Amino acid sequence: MSVRALRGLALALAIGFGIAASAQAGPTLDKVKQAGGIVCGVQTGVAGFAQPDSQGKYSGFNVDICRAISAALFGDPDKVKYVPLTAQQRFTALQSGEVDLLSNNTTLTLQRDTELGFDFAPVVFYDGQGFMVTKKLNVKGAKELNGATVCVAPGTTTELNLADYFRANKMEFKPVVIEKLDELVAAFFSGRCDAYTTDSSALAAVRVGRASNPDDYIILPERISKEPLAPVVRHGDNQWRDVVTWVIYALMEGEEKGIAQKNVDEMAKNEDPTIKRMLGGTPGMGKALGLDEKWAYNAIKAVGNYGEIFDKHLGLSSPLKLERGYNNLWTKGGLIYAPPIR
Amino acid sequence: MASETAGALRPKRPPPWNDPTIRGIAYQVLFVGAVLGVGAFLVHNTLQNLQRQNIASGFGFLHREAAFGIGESLIDYSPADTYFRAFLVGLTNTLYVAALGIVLATILGTVMGLARLSSNWLVRKLAQIYVETFRNIPLALQLFFWWGLLRGSAPPPRQAWQPLPDVFISNRGIVFPMPLHDPAYPWMFLAFAVGLLAAWGVWHWARTRQARTGRQFPSGWAGFGLILGLPLLVFLAFGAPLHLDVPSLKGFNFSGGTGMSPEFGALLIGLVIYTASFIAEIVRAGILAVSWGQSEAAMALGLTPGQRMRLVVLPQALRVIIPPMTSQYLGLTKNSSLAVLIGFPDLVSVANTTMNQTGQAIEGIAMIMAVYLAISLTISLFMNLYNRSVALVER
Repeated sequence: MSVRALRGLALALAIGFGIAASAQAGPTLDKVKQAGGIVCGVQTGVAGFAQPDSQGKYSGFNVDICRAISAALFGDPDKVKYVPLTAQQRFTALQSGEVDLLSNNTTLTLQRDTELGFDFAPVVFYDGQGFMVTKKLNVKGAKELNGATVCVAPGTTTELNLADYFRANKMEFKPVVIEKLDELVAAFFSGRCDAYTTDSSALAAVRVGRASNPDDYIILPERISKEPLAPVVRHGDNQWRDVVTWVIYALMEGEEKGIAQKNVDEMAKNEDPTIKRMLGGTPGMGKALGLDEKWAYNAIKAVGNYGEIFDKHLGLSSPLKLERGYNNLWTKGGLIYAPPIR
Repeated sequence: MASETAGALRPKRPPPWNDPTIRGIAYQVLFVGAVLGVGAFLVHNTLQNLQRQNIASGFGFLHREAAFGIGESLIDYSPADTYFRAFLVGLTNTLYVAALGIVLATILGTVMGLARLSSNWLVRKLAQIYVETFRNIPLALQLFFWWGLLRGSAPPPRQAWQPLPDVFISNRGIVFPMPLHDPAYPWMFLAFAVGLLAAWGVWHWARTRQARTGRQFPSGWAGFGLILGLPLLVFLAFGAPLHLDVPSLKGFNFSGGTGMSPEFGALLIGLVIYTASFIAEIVRAGILAVSWGQSEAAMALGLTPGQRMRLVVLPQALRVIIPPMTSQYLGLTKNSSLAVLIGFPDLVSVANTTMNQTGQAIEGIAMIMAVYLAISLTISLFMNLYNRSVALVER
């Protein structure tokens, strides 16, 4: 049986034996505080988002989200254990309590929010699904892909959108689905598939990180779906969800208010009441969340604000060279909008 | 009265707690009760926890639209079909590769097992190298190896190799022409079935006649002629209708004809070669288990080497071979679930995707387990029936 099947079995046992966990809200927050660290489910290796280096130390956009939460909780961004999960493993891992949250480019959908027993933190990346093909094929658009063989990761929204798109356009395709990302990408680059489809940000990451010559491949212009990517926690664990949610909002609010990793110490002395409230100069916010009053200060101090994290791992100065686009602040024409911290 | 005398002679009954029968029953009741109790506790707790976490449960999802594509299928399937249909696609793919694998592994394994006993040094050593190599490398690695070889060494479809007219080999697999359906074909199939029956009849008749009169009849050749000849006659009687569906390059890939994907090919080759290396050893052991005196006796009676093997050695060897062979068949079937590694849509692969899209892992795992259990028990049943028919009947 596959690893996945074993995980399923483990889930069955975990849920079966799990003596009905305490009914009060926030078992995860209590558990995390007691353990002195969080367990974060990330991808098995996508350049820019989450990738281990030669020492096995993870870095990337999604990793910094986990580091920010760790910093807000413990004043230390490195109290995180990273668990690499494939698309098929991630949900059982979260359901069974193997990880405390997923920060791995999971698309927010109704079914996952309800039937799978999850809750979503705010969207941290607005993405859309695209196709990558080799230039040799001379394909200019997704509508020309009739009859193509397409590599796609199983158990993703991508897999469903692919089928939907070809059905809607009355085209035929043959999927090749392989759970392990390495094998899937290798299959595409060896020519087993005509096209590789996933979120366009991940396509860019794969092109940069895995292609022997990135210029041999193009990403087709069509975006066939909305892919709002957000961290995921278990349903009904409200206090924990609040912490994850507001740490992310603090990173976004930090960018809007101009609070950056470098100037956060000066900003902490700022007399602007909204900034004072956020950085703990005026107490109350930390207590409301069940955290130290320095929670937002620590998070931004450790990883920088949302814009800094984006630029460092995904932006134009990074190898991925992604535009901010929808992921710019609402004040700059994007969709990133944090509710007031008060 | 007799019964009274017997009662008087019987020793006094021990108290119930010292009575082995009553104690045995009590222990069994306690054990079954404990197992049922733990089971009920688990089921109850699972349902409660699922509900608390707001995770859906039940098998209702099977009737919903699957909405994902499957690469290869023996039955009609489109993303508009239900999860249940998708599950059936996976099941037929598993059964297909397992059935084909069992037949091919038996043939290859028998040949290799006989080769290991060959009097020719080179043949013997080559067979030994084969067995020792493939038996000792994990199957998963072998699958990756064959898959890499099949998709890595072949050219893209537009530069496909063409070893025979209308047969193309590319990194999308192999495609070859397939006869289009014709009204003659069902009749040919019927003729084939009649041929099989007739061949069995001839064999039976020849055997009884030989037992009675000692006269031999070439029932093998006659049966072969009947099985192949009858369908051929029907085919000719219909005017030899043969319209081929010839594959041709259209857009990205070949359309028309039929074929085999690199994933299916790699899985089949991997399973067959791996399992056959074990079967070879079983066959060798089975033949060696028949004492040499049997062969000497056969030679003394003037049987040819072929007859000796067929009539004297193999029937006795089969008694040793069949039970471990059953394990190999079961192993091959279950190992086919490694298909997920290389992306062949077998039962586990489809069920995995289903579980992930619906989040209903427990139901999915239960279905996988039930199906493999059913397949394994079926194989076991048939092998045990066959084993009984070849086993030594003691009089």
